[in-house]
Amino acid sequence: MPTESKPVPTKPKATDSLVPPKKTAGTAKATSAAKPEILTGSGAILRTLENLGIKEVFGLPGGAIMPFYDELMSSTTIRHILVRHEQGAGHAAEGYASSTGKVGVAIATSGPGATNLVTAIADAHMDSVPLLAITGQVFSTSMGTDAFQEVDIVGIAMPITKHSFLVTKPEDIPGTIAAAYLIASSGRPGPVLVDVTKDAQQNSAPFVWPPTIDLPGYRPVTKAHGKQIQAAAKLIAEAKRPVFYVGGGVIRAEASKELFALAEKTGVPVVTTLMARGAFPDSHKQHLGMPGMHGTVPAVLALQEADVLIALGARFDDRVTGKPSEFAPDATVIHVDVDPAEISKIRVADVPIVGDAKDVIADLTAAYADAVKKVTPDISAWWKRLDELKARFPLGYDEPEDGLLSPQYVIERIGAITGPEAIYAAGVGQHQMWAAQYIKYERPNAWLNSGGAGTMGYGVPAAMGAKVANPDRTVWAIDGDGCFQMTNQELATCTINDIPIKVAIINNSSLGMVRQWQTLFYNGRHSFTDLNTGHDTVMIPDFVKLAEAYGALGIRVTKKEDVDAAITLANETNDRPVVIDFIVSADAMVWPMVPQGVGNSSVQYAREKAPEWEEE
Amino acid sequence: MSHVLSMLVEDKPGLLTRVAGLFARRGFNIESLAVGKSEIPGLSRITVVVDVEQGPLEQVTKQLNKLINVIKIVELDPTQTVEREHLLIKVKVDNTTRSQILEATNLFRARIVDVSTDALVIEVTGDTAKTQALLRVLEPYGIREIAQSGLLAMGRGPKSITERVYKN
Repeated sequence: MPTESKPVPTKPKATDSLVPPKKTAGTAKATSAAKPEILTGSGAILRTLENLGIKEVFGLPGGAIMPFYDELMSSTTIRHILVRHEQGAGHAAEGYASSTGKVGVAIATSGPGATNLVTAIADAHMDSVPLLAITGQVFSTSMGTDAFQEVDIVGIAMPITKHSFLVTKPEDIPGTIAAAYLIASSGRPGPVLVDVTKDAQQNSAPFVWPPTIDLPGYRPVTKAHGKQIQAAAKLIAEAKRPVFYVGGGVIRAEASKELFALAEKTGVPVVTTLMARGAFPDSHKQHLGMPGMHGTVPAVLALQEADVLIALGARFDDRVTGKPSEFAPDATVIHVDVDPAEISKIRVADVPIVGDAKDVIADLTAAYADAVKKVTPDISAWWKRLDELKARFPLGYDEPEDGLLSPQYVIERIGAITGPEAIYAAGVGQHQMWAAQYIKYERPNAWLNSGGAGTMGYGVPAAMGAKVANPDRTVWAIDGDGCFQMTNQELATCTINDIPIKVAIINNSSLGMVRQWQTLFYNGRHSFTDLNTGHDTVMIPDFVKLAEAYGALGIRVTKKEDVDAAITLANETNDRPVVIDFIVSADAMVWPMVPQGVGNSSVQYAREKAPEWEEE
Repeated sequence: MSHVLSMLVEDKPGLLTRVAGLFARRGFNIESLAVGKSEIPGLSRITVVVDVEQGPLEQVTKQLNKLINVIKIVELDPTQTVEREHLLIKVKVDNTTRSQILEATNLFRARIVDVSTDALVIEVTGDTAKTQALLRVLEPYGIREIAQSGLLAMGRGPKSITERVYKN
């Protein structure tokens, strides 16, 4: 990845920094000074992807992308996984990317193929996932005529991508795809779409590699100002109640090691947001857990009571801050982010630091060592308060009164039995929150979820993508009965392509999070949230039969004593996917909770149970 | 409060959609927009007037800077800036009003660019205060049609925004 910002509009240098160091096997040399090879546009797409070091792609062909698929069939280095729905390709590419830090690639045809990618692209945009989406487009001569399967996907993608490109000429393909790859993977990562017309795929042009990447307006800042870092270090050293508010940026920047060093050096408490679970080990004594709407009481109140808040790759999302005007009212804010637009967007930063988290955190650690030569930090009173909160308000749950399985217990056991080396992908809703709370994360990229967009159906395809990227790791999808019904068709992809993921359906027979809000805020009127998949219902569909129909191992668990055995059997089954239908209580709720629209000081430990906190 | 932003952008298809779309989805209202070529081939210049407070202005500037095709954004300081807009005004005339309108046109150093028996088309260039003043004067005679350009603006003195881009 290029690190220095380029002056403009000087001619960008050759893209040697962009091209991965490893030469791709089976690829003819294209870099010779002699006459460049003539390739069709579709051949150029393939060669470009190969030269970029891409090994796995997810997609589904259709009319406008057929020339490329014809080429793809003969690739010896790229494995294409044929999905059953383009959204699955998008989320699989996200799971692939989020579990490795590499760029995920999704391919679709024009029109509905492209629009089916939209949800995944938007999801990647919200969660800064490096995603390269390649779509076919109708002939350039037909564009604008409402041709068959024509949609303006470049236009549709504008607000949900870092950038979107239209390519109408074969000679533009290598440069455009290389530029898209560069944009997706550098600075604040994100999705980039390249739409290639069918004639651009069919026509031929010389293939020039490395291509010229002409992006005069793209200069991601990665190196921060030293002065700001010193100011931040001094603030941390002098703080009485500091907290590291760690966001997903730390994971994207691969800065966990640096964060660990900074935390150990300073002794400052750490909270990890939903997107940052695993950025700092859960087992570490300085870790207070997840902040936000369903955060731990110590994490929520630590932010509220902090005098210095050090936001690292976090964006003050409303699910973390609650009512922003009441968030961390006494805190001086140090905000580190690679995206300047995030700084002071929600909360004005007293010390703004634009830079890559990995570099900034390392620099902060060094600057802190200097700062403590002049002041002696003392946060012992702060830790006394936090330890008290930790002791009084540990995460926990009650067994459901209806005698059914506790969803928290199931999820806790999956994490405990499978361990921190596995990968856990969740859907969206109650099960997602429980998976964030009750699985213990010890390493980055082990926890995949749709944080910003809240995309139901993310779990199964994301787990599939993660398993493709990490064949030696156990990959669990912790899914809900609602989420699972949105994207379970990818189980067919998993079975056919030997991608043995495990799916735990936390089956409470309802759209559980909506149901919880209905219980709490809509007088218990459960409007259209019953899915009839669980206990005491017709159980449509029967998830066990569905799993079997897809060639997966289907298991149903209704009793606590069967939970461990089922999980163990799933972990031991690697010749096909596994689906466990855990029939759980529909009445279990996610606690703690800060109701929407109020300040975080109103965190409730359990229903109608607010912790006491010291008013100043 | 109104702010004048001068943007240097790559002349790429869809560029205007990206800029306008960003203003719309982040909830910023564009008061005026003018787009044209710059002195550098391939680069266009957009002058945009937005009515926002300082905080949101910073946010919109940062968001605009994230657009890949946007090369530079400068907020122009009104005290150090030449600002001009261009209007065509079709005003009703008859034999009793013609001379008064001609007089007003001369006073404002505007020009008559089309004459017919019961209407005149007047062309005026100036800052917003001047063009609005002329409109107020003409209003009683009956304005039939107005076509107005977006505001154009340029910093005073020898510096150029493109030059600063090159020099980096």
